[in-house]
Amino acid sequence: MNLTLKIWRQKNANDKGKMVDYQISDVSPDMSFLEMLDVLNEQLINKGDDPVAFDHDCREGICGMCSLYINGEAHGPDRGVTTCQLHMRMFNDGDTIYIEPFRASAFPVVKDLIVDRSAFDRIQHAGGFISVNTSGNTIDANAIPVEKHNADKAFEAATCIGCGACVATCKNSSAMLFVGAKVSQFALLPQGQVEATDRVLNMVKQMDEEGFGNCTNTGACEVECPKGISLENIARMNQEYLKASLKG
Amino acid sequence: MSGILNSSIGRKFAMALSAFFLMFFLLQHFVINLLSVISPETFNEVSYFMGNNPFVQFLLQPVLLIGVLFHFIMGFVLEIKNRKARQISYAKNNGGANSSWMSRNMIWSGGAILLFMIFHFNDFWVPEIVEKYVEGKSQLGKDFHHHVVEMFLDPLRVGVYVLAFVFLALHLLHGFDSAFQSVGANNKYTKGLKTFGKLYAILVPLGFVFIALYHHFFHIH
Repeated sequence: MNLTLKIWRQKNANDKGKMVDYQISDVSPDMSFLEMLDVLNEQLINKGDDPVAFDHDCREGICGMCSLYINGEAHGPDRGVTTCQLHMRMFNDGDTIYIEPFRASAFPVVKDLIVDRSAFDRIQHAGGFISVNTSGNTIDANAIPVEKHNADKAFEAATCIGCGACVATCKNSSAMLFVGAKVSQFALLPQGQVEATDRVLNMVKQMDEEGFGNCTNTGACEVECPKGISLENIARMNQEYLKASLKG
Repeated sequence: MSGILNSSIGRKFAMALSAFFLMFFLLQHFVINLLSVISPETFNEVSYFMGNNPFVQFLLQPVLLIGVLFHFIMGFVLEIKNRKARQISYAKNNGGANSSWMSRNMIWSGGAILLFMIFHFNDFWVPEIVEKYVEGKSQLGKDFHHHVVEMFLDPLRVGVYVLAFVFLALHLLHGFDSAFQSVGANNKYTKGLKTFGKLYAILVPLGFVFIALYHHFFHIH
């Protein structure tokens, strides 16, 4: 496959940045998208040019590091996958592919296609945990009965890998699917009840302070989420937040 | 509780509550308008009651005006905030791949409805208020039905109304179930609610269009 790539290049956080065109030939349809970028970078390095900076780690679709907005969609045109699991067979010979960083004021560009997603870490620090005494006399989690339906829903919410595709794809750059999943995974379990009020209030407060937009329920986040996190989690967070606001 | 309206979720909740109120109002407005087709006499009686009952005039009417203003102002405030949340746009964005046109363009359909409401208020509400509270005239025995029929003789006005109801339908097609999602209702009833929402969003505006066209083409006094 021969492709034209239009890639966002930005030297650093203060640089204005621009789209730059690259030609790449002999791309195998079996390559992953990141492998294709590796080949491009080899070519750039051999020519003495600066390689394209992009995030990646496990390349197995589970770490949430790879991002990229490909042809107008977070993680590209495939569904239920991260960019490392996107294969070049999803494209055709002669295609022009736009590759951009995840765009949101709360996700500033560090370099080229790498964005700073530490806003998600700060939201987690605000309440995305349970306080358990681990000094040796902790009750085995399996000894606490959990209704099967709730256990399944909590597990589904916990599959969120925090990649930020929900924010990138949302027309409002809202982080509510991420926060909804993190609130839900604890709200559905007995271990999460003790700190439920503070958790949702603090996490939503932090989310707002980070400058994410407001959810308008377009549902784009659910479609583009590589882990299929449901909008149901946002509704649950809304319920939790209202309950907590009335209590607090 | 104090900071709830300063939070993103609180604002969503407030938008949803005002939307529920407006959707309920829309339904009762439609039912009363339908009377103008079914029974002009009953329409006149109900119109007189709505325009002269102190509870409707001095409690429900101000609440409705506040609800309408709140929904529009909050809609525009949220749009500005949301635009600030992404200051650099994508060079290529394929929004149609993951969301409906209606959901992405609520601000435009809402803006069109706002323009229509200015037009509509000028047609009906403002002359009523002037007649009652400025000129101090009694509306006892007034032929409200005649006024409606006269207004819809103008094809341009009918065209504006039909177009406005298309925008209203587009707005409601997303807005109805969005309001339920905002208040946290996403459960086993959601599928049925969405179907009901689609029917509401299409049938109610279609009903208003029917009434406008009926009076234009049949103008029965």
